[in-house]
Amino acid sequence: MRFLVRRLGFLLIALWAALTVNFFIPRLMPGNPAEAILAQFHGRLNPNSLKAIEVALGIGGHQNLFSSYLEYLRNTVTGNFGVSTSYFPVPVTTVIARALPWSLGLVGVSTVLGFLIGTALGAVAAWRRGGWLDNVLPPSFIVISAFPYFWVGLLSIWLFSLTLNWFPTLGGYTETATPALTWGFVGDVLWHAVLPAFTILLTSVGGWILTMRNNMITVVAEDYVKMARAKGLRPRRILWQYAGRNALLPNLTGFAMSLGFVISGAILVEFVFNYPGIGFLLLQAVSAEDYPLMQALFLLITVAVLVAIFISDVATALLDPRTRSSR
Amino acid sequence: MIWRNARRSLFAAWRFLLRDKKAMVGSIILLILIVISAFPSWFTPDDPSADIYNPGVGLSWAHPLGTTSFGQDVFSQLMAGTRQSVMIALVVGLISTVLSVVVGITAAYSGGLVDDTLSLITDVILVIPTFPLIIVIAAYTKSASFWTIVFVLVVTGWSYGARQLRVQALSLRNRDYLLAARARGEASWYIIGVELIPPMTSLIVANFLGAALYAVLAAAGLQFVGLGNVNSESWGTMLYWAQNNEALSAGLPLWALAPGIMIAVLGSALALLNYAFDEVSNPALRPVTTKRRKKVAV
Repeated sequence: MRFLVRRLGFLLIALWAALTVNFFIPRLMPGNPAEAILAQFHGRLNPNSLKAIEVALGIGGHQNLFSSYLEYLRNTVTGNFGVSTSYFPVPVTTVIARALPWSLGLVGVSTVLGFLIGTALGAVAAWRRGGWLDNVLPPSFIVISAFPYFWVGLLSIWLFSLTLNWFPTLGGYTETATPALTWGFVGDVLWHAVLPAFTILLTSVGGWILTMRNNMITVVAEDYVKMARAKGLRPRRILWQYAGRNALLPNLTGFAMSLGFVISGAILVEFVFNYPGIGFLLLQAVSAEDYPLMQALFLLITVAVLVAIFISDVATALLDPRTRSSR
Repeated sequence: MIWRNARRSLFAAWRFLLRDKKAMVGSIILLILIVISAFPSWFTPDDPSADIYNPGVGLSWAHPLGTTSFGQDVFSQLMAGTRQSVMIALVVGLISTVLSVVVGITAAYSGGLVDDTLSLITDVILVIPTFPLIIVIAAYTKSASFWTIVFVLVVTGWSYGARQLRVQALSLRNRDYLLAARARGEASWYIIGVELIPPMTSLIVANFLGAALYAVLAAAGLQFVGLGNVNSESWGTMLYWAQNNEALSAGLPLWALAPGIMIAVLGSALALLNYAFDEVSNPALRPVTTKRRKKVAV
């Protein structure tokens, strides 16, 4: 219980820190660029949302810092992020809601797949120490992890789309198709998701392989695993139900963090493939100088990551008695 | 005493480089890239930014990697761009590592309220999503210069190492030889500098390499989406211009692919060294084959 209270306290402090950073970034920059952009919208915005944007971005300067900080906190908690300037006059929240399902689908599925495949491969590699998997996987994924992951996307576009013509190059679906829940459209969406998903999978799986392998090597040397072997249990059962379960625990936090990052989309992969998710939206907001949208996206991503970490803390506490007893 | 220790650990590092294949490959690549970045003009036959050639030429003797749509020599641009990536790796790696060491060891050595405060700050920075934060900061600074990029990457990149070093230092803190040094009444700087830090060398080096790798990839990503200075000579900027001119579909794949390969080469060198140093600090991870051979020899 004490453990959970501590973690909850940490969640709140981290949330507050992120909110505060978000508040001060525009104010610390020399010559706040948001000011020029927002000047065009005077008179066209309703006063309430204009005020919300001004408070969030530090424009206008007719208030003291402290009271605008309080007002910013209140606006954030109530979800009043104002209006997007590049999709004017659509509210920021609506713009985000449109992009969210794309990221959740693409990045969510490929993150989970990457975790499962990587963990299994890492466990098997460590189990057969010195086998061919153990010799081939770590060095090749060390090299793959050093590739910029957006570049793997460029390479796969060039190879599978432009040269071999197997897959479409850009977008989440064919432009001429009308979004509807038909087999044809769903198939089209899946077709467009193959290359970006492959890119994310290839670049994320290596980390899971390496960490799982390293955890597993430590766990396999423990006495209770020797005991299980001595009892003559089937190797497969020792691998997954004895050693694997415990080797997995330290990776849970990492997995939770990457699930939190699902919301943010794989920013650069979405950019390379023009995939209509949150990451692509963030970069579009940056190039369109849509500061209200940008700030709201940053907050959303941060909150998602922090909540995911908190959930993994709870899960770890439930699964591993050692975390509950220590501080 | 200090110097003898330093010499001994340098000698140990040298022997390690010769013995470990991964470390050997990594350090040779790194060395070559450092030479290129120190003397780019030895390797660039042409002025990298001058657009004086026929645009969009493929492979040839005159242009081993072809030219860009603007008529610049791709190979020369690659060589000239080496400097910035290597510099970012070294500078960000160095500053973040110093910060990690200072924060991590201060926290572990002081304990109490200092430890609690520093750990809390470290953990909070660790969980705030880095890349979106970098993008937001870069968006406000507009076309981030070299030092802006360095600053942003250091601010977001030191916390992981600080946490690791704190844990390691905590586990060393109550060892007998450190307690003995305290009982002798040695000064804090002596205990920290001579007794505490040397056993942590391999972890510190691994941290430096990890931070450097993170910096190379993050900086390339930032420049690729146009948040760096688009007029600078760097691999990320090359990728930006290649993407903007649709190099892939314009039949100039090398323009877009070559800079990525260079980033990967630098990144692999850092990652290989990092992995090798991981094996030094955690002997359980070392390849089993060498162990077996040793047993036979005995």
